[in-house]
Formats: sequence, C-alpha cells, structure tokens
Amino acid sequence: MNLTGEDVQDILRIIDGMEVDRLYLRTGRFELSLCRGGDGEWTQSARTTAEPVLVDGREVPAVQGVAAADEQTEPAREGLTGVRTPLPGAFYRAPKPGAAPFVEIGDEVTETTVVGIVETMKLMNSVYAEASGTVAEIVLGDGEFAEQGAVLMFIDTLATGVAP
Amino acid sequence: MILRRVLIANRGEIALRIIRTCRRLGIEAVLAASDADLDSVPARLADRVVRLGPAPPSASYLDVDAVLTAAKTAGADAIHPGYGFLSENQRLARACTEAGIVFIGPTVEQLASVGDKLEARRHAVAAGLPVVPGGPLEDTADAARLAAEIGYPLLIKAVGGGGGRGMKQVHDPADLSATVDLAVAEAGAAFGDPRVYLERFVATGRHVEVQLIADGENVVHLGTRDCSVQRRYQKLIEEAPAPALDPALREEMHRAAVALGKHLEYRGLGTVEFLVDVDRGTFYFLEMNARIQVEHPVTEAITGLDLVAEQLAVAEGRSLSFGQADVCFTGHAIECRINAEDWARDFQPSPGTVTEAVWPLGDGIRIDTHLQAGASVPPYYDSLLAKLIVHGRDRADALARLRAALARCAVVGVSTNIPLHQEVLAQAEFAEGGVDTAWFTRFLRDLPVGSSRG
Repeated sequence: MNLTGEDVQDILRIIDGMEVDRLYLRTGRFELSLCRGGDGEWTQSARTTAEPVLVDGREVPAVQGVAAADEQTEPAREGLTGVRTPLPGAFYRAPKPGAAPFVEIGDEVTETTVVGIVETMKLMNSVYAEASGTVAEIVLGDGEFAEQGAVLMFIDTLATGVAP
Repeated sequence: MILRRVLIANRGEIALRIIRTCRRLGIEAVLAASDADLDSVPARLADRVVRLGPAPPSASYLDVDAVLTAAKTAGADAIHPGYGFLSENQRLARACTEAGIVFIGPTVEQLASVGDKLEARRHAVAAGLPVVPGGPLEDTADAARLAAEIGYPLLIKAVGGGGGRGMKQVHDPADLSATVDLAVAEAGAAFGDPRVYLERFVATGRHVEVQLIADGENVVHLGTRDCSVQRRYQKLIEEAPAPALDPALREEMHRAAVALGKHLEYRGLGTVEFLVDVDRGTFYFLEMNARIQVEHPVTEAITGLDLVAEQLAVAEGRSLSFGQADVCFTGHAIECRINAEDWARDFQPSPGTVTEAVWPLGDGIRIDTHLQAGASVPPYYDSLLAKLIVHGRDRADALARLRAALARCAVVGVSTNIPLHQEVLAQAEFAEGGVDTAWFTRFLRDLPVGSSRG
C-alpha cells in the first residue's frame, strides 16, 4: 500500500507537535522524507520504489531515458560542420506536412537560415544552420527522433561560391 | 454496472490522480503506458501496467487501436482517458461501446455536439446561451457584410482550430479580404478543414468557466473557475471561485452552463467556458470541454468533492448522489501549473531527469505530481510537471499560503517556471484579482530583465 496525500498530512499532524524536525520512512515500496524548516513550515520528498508490474506478470524492461546522441556523427571530412539539435525531439524537415523542406542537399545557407524544426514537449523549435556554406548531408529523416545534441545535417563550409 | 478494473489511457499527474481515486474506491487501476513511461511513478503505483506502444504519442496515447487492444489485454471494464490525448475522441468512445467497454466520458453524440465549434455554438444558442456576435463565413464574398454586422475589431477563426491555433485578428476593414483568404488557406493546410467563422473581438476579456457534473438527467454546477492567466492560450494559474465577479453575473453563468447541460442531456464531467466581456459587463459561450480538466482540483478544494469518483459513479450508470442545494462552496483555491520550461529563455522546454523534487506540506496544500527523484521528463509530451493547489479561507488567505508554499518548492535537474509563479504572485494587480486574459503578456513585457533570471 502506498501513501496518499491525506496519509502524509496525518503523519504530519502526529509529528508536528513533537520535538522532531526530520522524519525519514522507508519501506519496500516507498521512501518519505519530511523536514521542518527554520520557519516551522514543512517540506516533503517522496519516492515510490515499488517496481511496475506488467499485465502478464513479467518485469518491465529497462526504459531508455533522455539519452545523449552517440558520437557516430563525426564529420566525414574537413570543412563539414554539424548542425546539432538544440533540444531532444522529433526532427521535421518542412514547416508542415506536405510542404517543401526548408533545405535540400546543395542548398546555400547562412548562420540564420532555418534548416528544420525540432518538436520538444509539443513545442516547435526552429533549428538554425549556425554556419555558412552548402548543405552537404542530411543525417536524420523527416519525423525521426533526435537525441540531445544529435547532428541533424552537415554544412560544407568550404564550398565555393558562398558568401561568408 | 460495477466497475472492477479501469484502464487509464494517459500519463503524468492525471494518471496518478485517477489511480489514487480508483485505489480508494477499491477499483483495480491498470495503466496503459508508452515505452517512455513504463517505469514512471504512475506505472509504479498502478496495480498493473500494459505496454501501449512506442514513446511518440501518435504511436501510443493517440492510437485508438492500441488503447482498445490494451483495454482488452488488461480485461478492463472501462477506459478513463484523462484529459488531452483521446479524452474527447469519438472514435475511441464508439469503439468502446462496440467492444462492451465503458468509456468514462459523455456519449459519442455529446462528444460530437461539443467537439465541433460550430455545432457547439448552435447547441449553445438553442439552449439560450449568449454567444459572441459572429457567424460562419459561407462565402468569402460575404465577409464584408458579416464583418460590418459584427463590428471591428474581429477575429477570423478556423472551425478545425483550437487552443489558440488558427486565429487571426482584423482591426481595419481594409485588411479583411486578404486576411480571410489567408485564414481559409491556412485552415485548409493546417486542419484539413478550410471553414472559418468571424467573431467579435473582446478587448478586455476574462476566461471564466463553470464545472458541471451530470448523469444524463440531473445537471449540477460546481461553481466557477477563472483561468485568465494564460500564455499563448495555455493556462498557467487557475482559481475557484472566479474572483471579482458581479454576483448576479456569476449566477447567470451558473444557470447558462446548467441550461446547456440539460439541453444536451449531458452525462459525466463537463466544463462550459465563457468569455467575460469586462467592458460590457456580460459574457459569451466559448466552448464546452467534455472531459476532466487539468484545473479540476481547485473545484474539488472549494466543494470537497472528488470529481474522479463522481465521474466513475456516473460511468457506472448511477444517478448523482447530490443535488444543487447540497453543493456548498468553502473558501478560495488557487492552482499553479508547474512546467518544465526555462521561462527566462523564452519558455524553452526543459526535458531531462529530475534529481530532486521537494514540495511544501501543510494544511490547505495539495500537490498533484508524477515527479520524484530519478524520474525522467521525456521530450515527447507536454511540459506539465506538477500542480500546486492551495485552499484558503478567502482569496487573501489563499494567496498568502500560495506564496509561502511556492517558496518551499525545489525541483532540481530540469528548469521550471516556479520563479515565474513567484513573480506573478508578487504583482499587485494579480493580488487584487480579476486580471484579464491579456494581463500576463503585459506583465511579461514589463518585467525587468534582471528579475527574469531568478
């Protein structure tokens, strides 16, 4: 059985009148830490440690957290600069489904050119090239998930005929 | 029918909130979780967990077939969709009915009646509710005549839009024709539905809503909530009852909401949203939300009811156990939505892993959260981390408790908007009560840069 907010309030009522400033409870299923501040007011920090149980009784497989991108995306040659996602999220190449992509391979870009969108927590964030040159390679496909710091595309900064 | 096992097709704090009530009522709670949420706090507290699908919502929480399959796998009697995701999805409601599973929400017909803006407006008019002057634009050539009837400034709204999307302001009649063309094109592209309508633009408006609970026959209102503190149409702070409202106007809003519920023979929890036109001292029907809402705890605080329990009772086919005269309102409640966003960096979202989550504890304080040390905040879903709700004797008491409670919140590992809430609570205008929906934007603009780094 786990504690509800009312349970915690009840525990607080019991210890509030005592000369106790900290309470730490730990069972096989939860941890609860109560702490009285200098102003006499309480804070709580709780942790449910019970393991989730799948319907068929199996244990839950390890869950991937917000992983950082692998180092697989090293530039293939000199002069290539990676455009990295500012946030982890779904990468979109076009402003909306069915629209033309922001950039294609070979397109010229400058630092402020929008080259894609990353959707994080239901918000759309523009991704800027942040380098001048031509688009040399697009690493992630439309709608693919970009891990934190992942390279979305490479810009060839040595390409000729590009204004600085 | 007695519900024995409920599938919760949602995540985060609302999943946990529903699990708690199921527990209390002795109903088994099975959580349908995406792969990103399999070891979340709600998954740990649920009796059982069913894998719903990959992390992206389109492959899990928004996938009707996946949810239905999960319910069958779990052997659930009912599906509680929470808010957002599939909570007002007619296809899920219909599929549930066909599969003999109870959809915890209104009927498919009622979802259809309030889900489409024009339909909802038609029903509101039929039930005698005031609506913002305006109307559907059948023919773009007709725009000038309709606009002249409504008066400027006005809004062009996409029928398929919502949450602030698909809306354009027109202040000058000279801009009307071009803006209408643009709005129609954008609505078609964004929502697959090019229909738009024109509406009077209310310069000083407040967002006030009335909570309903109904059993298909009896409709009871549970008072007003004010949700005028919004950023880009996302609510940030909600309170109950709505402050600084003329008592006669409040009564009229209660009556209007109940009239709409009766007209629809509504079943379940529903919220009737109104726009209060401050300058004209009147109100208009905006829309009806056919689900439990994020801000429901402020209503629970002032009524002493458990709205999820009431929802479950209605889903079991029972009549309301109380009437309007039995509903008592006590004190004042305010809720702050604590989001994972760096408000000092243009509200950039802040996914990651929480290393510490400390909350205030004391009389009149409630925290609804799925956060704990070690919990991950995935990038796939919205940024709501926790809701801090305080209940005081009156509004001044609630404000004082809220200020003290906010100062005792500590979340480490992701950025939160807690400092922003503290800034809002320090504003004299907010403390006075009754700010309009544009107030928050003005407040942000006028905020000294130094303090926004708090």
